[in-house]
Amino acid sequence: MLSKRIIPCLDVREGKTTKGIKFKGNVDIGDPVDMARIYYEAGADEIVFYDITASHEKRGIMIDVVRRVAETIFIPFSVGGGIRTVEDMREVLLAGAEKVSVNSAAVKHPEIISQGAKAFGNQCIVLGMDVKHVGKSEKIPSGYEIVINGGRTYMGIDALEWAIRAQELGAGEICLNSIDADGTREGYELTLTALISQNVSIPVIASGGAGKPEHLADVLTQGKADAALIASMVHYGTYTISGIKSYLDERKIKVRKIT
Amino acid sequence: MIAIIDYKAGNLTSVARAVSHIGVECVVTGDAKTILNAERIIFPGVGAAGSAMESLKSLGLDKVIASAYAQGKPILGICLGTQIIMAYSEENDTPCLGIIAGKTRAFSKQMPDEDRRFLKIPQMGWNRICVKAGHPVLSGLNPEDEFYFVHGYYPSPDHAADIIAETEYGILFPSVIGVNNIIAMQFHPEKSGRPGLRILKNFCEWRPC
Repeated sequence: MLSKRIIPCLDVREGKTTKGIKFKGNVDIGDPVDMARIYYEAGADEIVFYDITASHEKRGIMIDVVRRVAETIFIPFSVGGGIRTVEDMREVLLAGAEKVSVNSAAVKHPEIISQGAKAFGNQCIVLGMDVKHVGKSEKIPSGYEIVINGGRTYMGIDALEWAIRAQELGAGEICLNSIDADGTREGYELTLTALISQNVSIPVIASGGAGKPEHLADVLTQGKADAALIASMVHYGTYTISGIKSYLDERKIKVRKIT
Repeated sequence: MIAIIDYKAGNLTSVARAVSHIGVECVVTGDAKTILNAERIIFPGVGAAGSAMESLKSLGLDKVIASAYAQGKPILGICLGTQIIMAYSEENDTPCLGIIAGKTRAFSKQMPDEDRRFLKIPQMGWNRICVKAGHPVLSGLNPEDEFYFVHGYYPSPDHAADIIAETEYGILFPSVIGVNNIIAMQFHPEKSGRPGLRILKNFCEWRPC
């Protein structure tokens, strides 16, 4: 039986890991390569990196981070942030990432999903979705809308319709981030996660709102998620990956043990 | 020296990095002479069977792999490489290398699941292997070890004796297969943490008789 994946997420700005709350204000919290190694050794099943470097000229720094991470850890990792073209994807994959994730670029130009899937295989292409609860309407039948720019720009696109379309275009996985829950540490958006996960046939990683191990248990059961993204819970040492996994194991949720 | 066969099917650098990490020299190459002179061969791959077979043939590497096998060189297949050593793949209706008798089958898209109606395809994530026949390349593993899988197809040998380990995902499918000097796995040892590196190290020391 497949294990549920626990995935630490590192936001990287100009080569340093950083953590922001609700996209406001960021503090540096360490070297991404060191942190990736520590999480790898502690039993992380995968690692997600988001490059939040603002300037395009400094993207080379991230490629160097990806290369060093690939020499250090031997589990899959994905890289997102600032991926706009198939060439951007190629650069990140050649540097050693397993997958790339596209978010706002895919909203603006959905064909990047099919182009990427064709060039590198579906399993390489992760669709990142930032979603806000807006209530059901004719235009947004699920009640969840796609937003970009850290939640500032509403796109008038229904989240569920977008997830299904992205799957048809060739996305191999969805990383589903609730902007409402992000940074609150009060738990994942379970309704949204279950809605998307039950209506696509590709894996869904839940993101946003993790504050304690119960939240992961909830999203991996009620939320029907295949994997859970965590950040501040482990970045500040409040919880450890192995502690979270023992908790989930006690709750009879199948996770990979470090042997 | 280990030759990692480059047939433009992606994901080769991660295999090379993992092999270098365990202290073994390797080269990523599509050159027939280098491959035939190597001590052992890794045949990885990510992507679709149809285009992979096409590029193998256009580079003449289908024949190179067959002669390396005939010479008795240890060969390790990974993921798509494993699927392609079968005689045929349901993916793109593709005739393949035929080193192991049998075919590569697609997972049914309607395997029931307790969480949702159907299991997600591809299988993406960590799963165990149940070793049926001890093999030097799988020595020193713990039964609880898990390995990283990403696939919608799996190898299905004609002869039960060619199945070395199985994995459960909706059905029980062969996840490690082998015959003589070839061993092939559906998961990615290079992305499976310590137990995966152990398999690569075992392979580098394997002397098939």
